[in-house]
Amino acid sequence: MKFSKIALAAALAIGGSLAATAAFAAGADLGNVEKQATNWHAIIMFAIFVGMTLGITYWAARKNKTAADFYAAGGGITGFQNGMAIAGDYMSAASFLGISALVYGSGFDGLIFSVGWLVGWPIILFLIAERLRNLGKFTFADVASYRLAQGPVRIFAATGALIVVIFYLIGQMVGAGQLIKLLFGLDYILAVVVVGALMMVYVTFGGMTATTWVQIIKACLLLGGATFIALGVMSHFGFSFEALFAKAVEVHPKHGAIMAPGSLVTNPVDAISLGLTLMFGTAGLPHILMRFFTVPNAKEARKSVFYATGFIGYFYILTFIIGFGAITLVATDPQYLDPTKAVGSLALKGGGNMPAIWLAHAIGGDIFLGFISAVAFATILAVVSGLTLAGASAISHDLYANVFARGRTTEASEVRMSKFASLGLGVIAVILGIIFEKQNVAFIVALTFSIAASATFPVLVMAMFSKSLTTKGAVIGGYIGLIGSVGCVILSKVVWVSSFGFKDPIFPYVYPTLFTMPAAFIGCWLFSIMDNSEQAKAERAQYDAMAIRSETGLGAEGAAAH
Amino acid sequence: MAQSPNVNAHAAAHEKITANPKFQELVSKRRSFAWLLSALMLGIYAGFILLIAYGKSFLGQSLSGGVTTVGFPIGVGVILSAIVLTGIYVRRANTEFDELNRQILEEAR
Repeated sequence: MKFSKIALAAALAIGGSLAATAAFAAGADLGNVEKQATNWHAIIMFAIFVGMTLGITYWAARKNKTAADFYAAGGGITGFQNGMAIAGDYMSAASFLGISALVYGSGFDGLIFSVGWLVGWPIILFLIAERLRNLGKFTFADVASYRLAQGPVRIFAATGALIVVIFYLIGQMVGAGQLIKLLFGLDYILAVVVVGALMMVYVTFGGMTATTWVQIIKACLLLGGATFIALGVMSHFGFSFEALFAKAVEVHPKHGAIMAPGSLVTNPVDAISLGLTLMFGTAGLPHILMRFFTVPNAKEARKSVFYATGFIGYFYILTFIIGFGAITLVATDPQYLDPTKAVGSLALKGGGNMPAIWLAHAIGGDIFLGFISAVAFATILAVVSGLTLAGASAISHDLYANVFARGRTTEASEVRMSKFASLGLGVIAVILGIIFEKQNVAFIVALTFSIAASATFPVLVMAMFSKSLTTKGAVIGGYIGLIGSVGCVILSKVVWVSSFGFKDPIFPYVYPTLFTMPAAFIGCWLFSIMDNSEQAKAERAQYDAMAIRSETGLGAEGAAAH
Repeated sequence: MAQSPNVNAHAAAHEKITANPKFQELVSKRRSFAWLLSALMLGIYAGFILLIAYGKSFLGQSLSGGVTTVGFPIGVGVILSAIVLTGIYVRRANTEFDELNRQILEEAR
């Protein structure tokens, strides 16, 4: 076992060399085959994925010449491809394993999260997507600062983006470490280092082109795998939902209660605040917004949201079937149950996130379990790469090129800075991933989505739609949302009680967005209309010209080239 | 104040576009359509959340005598409505609005 870990570390460290893994697989201890076989399937399939993605990275690196290539894949991604990549960003390991586990544990309640995460997409399409594409170049700060003072607005935008990126990265890293222990039987630290190293290779060499294709491949594999599981479940029940539900109600300890909303949402304020957070948070995530600059024009930007919404909606319906499938096929099978827990407790070997994984085994045996495990791990890798690129561009394009160098820099030095930033973020993510191993990370979704919904989204929308917005209004309103959401999350139960150990939370709700998002909008508006400086007048005078570009795409970046 | 150089570019075209009634038509049509669909989506979602908070027993009713409850088609319906609404918008924007947009840019040359 010790030897196997070392050999594996070596195989993964050299980038998943197939020869090394295969050679080792051939030498695996036959006496242990029953127990180890699943691990090897997973590891070999993951190695194949890594091999493919490194090939893509090599191809992308040879194509990458300009800053537009690095940040935005040269604007050459189609709407369909971008929709797939966006869906990939969204279908994280957390949503695949987490939502199916939520459905497994409480049935209907799992749907509440899925729905909230999905309904943000139409709003992004109707209000943001095409304007973002028409106004921006590489980052959403391009749009927020379009007619405002570059320095303060970009510093605000980059601060929000970096907080979101770093905490999101921590969540993904901790997830990677836990998953590798569970699925591959390897060490936590190894996972964090492997993910960090591969992600740095994808991003620094392949830029957005590689990051996008890694995400597209992963999205195809995940959708394909989830479809197979769901079909397996449905065929088991003669494609009758009624039969599936009837069996689930019969065997689940909560019985009929899984068919109706339960305890997940009890307080309407929390319910609405959660809804707003999920809905508008999506519209403010830097790695998602950045994807709109990879398509050639507004038409493709719109199409990408349509495809993304379709794929994500389909995926959530699949996770729902998978959750119910796990109740019926996994919870009833003693080989998957945790023998140390009470009978009927639903507790699975490996813990709470395992329903989808064990269901894959119940449907497709060892090889398919290996496939799904590899895909779940690949998912983290792909999401982490997109996040890192978004964080790196906030550092290089916003802070370095447009604030520090005030636009007087070359494309080459900006891209070089971005690569350094990617490496730096990679190292930070690995270190924080290790530090947070034993920490409670449940606050991360609340924190990142609240910042995105309460700081980024309001400023972006005001910049696009409000003529009265000035630098002062955008910055004050933005920081109200940013500081307010960070502060409220810290004072809420998930951090104040769970992490700090105080008895009662100071902020009584989990999600602050219901309060902080309106506060940010009001702050933007109020401090803008109170601003009558010469600068404010000049900024308002630019609105009409900006509106022409935002509405018609006249002068939009890259539009002429395609 | 560092300004994006694009703001003042295309000055002549800007004047023509501002004066073109088609531009006003495009902006007002597209905005009202986008806000209408946004309001619809928000309304559907808010209705769903309020049902979860206040209408648990309604969502938990049996759909047609079996174990399947009213909540399931409603939840899946919300998911499908998101896909359908984006489809409706993309269809109109990529045909009618883009054609109007093309004419505006053509006439501004």
